[in-house]
Amino acid sequence: MTAQIRPGTAACPGCIATPGEPARPIPKDVQIALSLPGIHCSACIATVERELNACPGVDSARVNLTLKRAMVQAGPEVRAADLIPVLERAGYEAHELDPGALSATQSDKAGRDLLMRLAVAGFASMNVMLLSVSVWSGASDATRDMFHWISAAIALPAIAFSAQPFFVNAWSALRVRRLNMDVPIVLAILLALVTSLWETALSGEHAYFDAALALTFFLLAGRYLDYRTRAVARSAAEELAALEVPRAILLTNGVEEEVAVSTLRLGDLVLVRPGGRMPVDGEIVEGQSELDRSLLTGETLPVFAEPGLNVSAGEVNLTGPLTIRATAVGQDTSLHRMADLVAIAESGRSRYTSLADSAAKLYAPGVHILSALSFVGWYIYSGDVRTALNIAAAVLIITCPCALGLAVPAVTTAASGRLFRKGMLIKHATALERLAEVDTVVFDKTGTLTAGTPELTNLGDHARADLEIALALAEASAHPLSVSLARAARDAGIKPANVTEVTEVPGYGTEGQFRGQRVRLGRAGWTGAEQGTQTAAWLAVGDRAPLGFYFTDALRPGAAEAVSALRQAGKEVLLISGDTCAAVEALAGRLGITDWLAEALPQDKAARVQALAEQRRRVLMVGDGLNDTAALAAAHVSISPASALDAARVASDIVLLGQDLSPIADACDTAVRATKRIRENFRIATVYNVIAVPLAVAGLATPLIAALAMSTSSITVSLNALRLR
Amino acid sequence: MEVLAYLIPISLFLGGVGLVAFIYTVRSNQYDDPEGDARRILNKEWDDRPKP
Repeated sequence: MTAQIRPGTAACPGCIATPGEPARPIPKDVQIALSLPGIHCSACIATVERELNACPGVDSARVNLTLKRAMVQAGPEVRAADLIPVLERAGYEAHELDPGALSATQSDKAGRDLLMRLAVAGFASMNVMLLSVSVWSGASDATRDMFHWISAAIALPAIAFSAQPFFVNAWSALRVRRLNMDVPIVLAILLALVTSLWETALSGEHAYFDAALALTFFLLAGRYLDYRTRAVARSAAEELAALEVPRAILLTNGVEEEVAVSTLRLGDLVLVRPGGRMPVDGEIVEGQSELDRSLLTGETLPVFAEPGLNVSAGEVNLTGPLTIRATAVGQDTSLHRMADLVAIAESGRSRYTSLADSAAKLYAPGVHILSALSFVGWYIYSGDVRTALNIAAAVLIITCPCALGLAVPAVTTAASGRLFRKGMLIKHATALERLAEVDTVVFDKTGTLTAGTPELTNLGDHARADLEIALALAEASAHPLSVSLARAARDAGIKPANVTEVTEVPGYGTEGQFRGQRVRLGRAGWTGAEQGTQTAAWLAVGDRAPLGFYFTDALRPGAAEAVSALRQAGKEVLLISGDTCAAVEALAGRLGITDWLAEALPQDKAARVQALAEQRRRVLMVGDGLNDTAALAAAHVSISPASALDAARVASDIVLLGQDLSPIADACDTAVRATKRIRENFRIATVYNVIAVPLAVAGLATPLIAALAMSTSSITVSLNALRLR
Repeated sequence: MEVLAYLIPISLFLGGVGLVAFIYTVRSNQYDDPEGDARRILNKEWDDRPKP
């Protein structure tokens, strides 16, 4: 049952840890955790374990095939960076995981606890049900009394143990003078036990021990399903968080040392290699390079970096090594300050009441009133407390929300499982219900609709000879534009020219000699060209006017399909980006999006989303950057790709695991169907109540009818949910 | 009906054995890696002697 209100953060503790988060306790027994996405058979297990155990310093290594992970116990001198090449030589892709971030999955205490209670309730209810069957089929007198006493002896301790979660929840609700779904459950169980004991003591005919246990069992099953769904999502989300190991290279008196980001202090010198992400805010003291700020601002144009420039945590260093002096660490970095903006946006988000909560609000008082009325009515009519109490208990048991308890978790489990197979991770409990209501979709551009990798657009405009020179220079650099240029040229069948003395000048480009002329490929200013608005690399050959190679951001696979499918489903699609007007307009044109906004600051994005919400629109925000986090939190429901920054993934309700965007449209569809199933399930449960409650109020309900009504409604509801798969 | 005096305790005992066995398997982490354990048994490596 999802009736009680859970704090939103509990859905994903693994995600709360952001890159710079200091306190991640590392379990003592495991020093290194490796993710092995490629393993699949017993030979893989044997090979990986043999290779790891053969490494010097490794005490023991064990593979978990279900989670596709290896846990290694090793001496302090062994680092993951030493083990990964060993596995790669053996033919397995391996990534380091942060063992601290995985600790929650290690000891899954809550899940185990719930499973144990479920097992006890199942065992006891089966035994008691068998005893009850013999009572129903005609056991009488002393035999019936004995069976009832044995049932009581099984039921009382079993319920005392297994129904504890309900007792605790009901008590915490009652203490603050509120009603939740657990209050009628606990009342029904306790009243059933008390009246049954009383009846048994007076050698009466009806005892509801089986009903009380079956109730506990079905409701625990619903709660366990609910828990499993969330645990699967949490462990996958934890794995995403754990893939970003928070390490930095600290320079002390010129000596490089790898340390955890959390240990960095103000004024420390940190070396950031090309391709690395800034671990802290700081000022560049040495080196020249280019910075990719797209995750923070949405700009695709790399920024030139030189000593004196301030950098923010999260920016990516592209070409040359940089030494930065930390000016803000941990909680003070701009990454973390963005969290404040998110908190403000979240407070504005209208509190969503889940379907289960609204059902509980209607249901809980209704049941109590009905049961109390039938008690009072029968007491006045017959003047016998025993009869009246018996009937009140029967009413409570029959109306008890077994089917209601399964209605939501069974559907959410089926739907989340379906979406997970398609590569979507549902992090938040009510995300599916909210996704079903969406009528407006807002996309971010850089990193969301685009893949974040540049694509050459004007290869055909250049002479073959120039392309050969450009290729030779581009292949000497790891800059994303060079890589893209080299790939495009190679694909077009170009061979590199014989350029000599090729050197990379970090932050500017590559330079060489070709037939006695100096050739350069790089930034506009360095090659003598005018800086334009489009992402470009320039080729200067001798004194000739530089030639421009223009790039656009490649579309993410499935982006066009997702946009057109969403429009076909009658949803409005908007594009809001922090990038320049020209770039956004070009992309909007390509995808056929008419409504777009460029050069938006993070506040602008959130404000726009809030403005849409005030027009009573249900907004789905899809974004990946730090500049999107506030908007992600402000939207009715939000999706971020797995490549997004940790902060953005935390703020969003759903994470897209693959590269492909096309599951988004399908997810909306699945969500609509899931919500329809939930409502259908509520209706089925109501129909059973409508049939059985009059019988109970009229005093005609026997334990047999109660057992039948309860089991059939629970089973129908579960089967109905399974149709979603 | 004297037979009930034997049968009910026996059936409860047998059911209890099942319950205790299940609790033991949960406690000793036997559900942590169901897929891996299913594959490990096919491995010939430790057929002749137990893993040290």
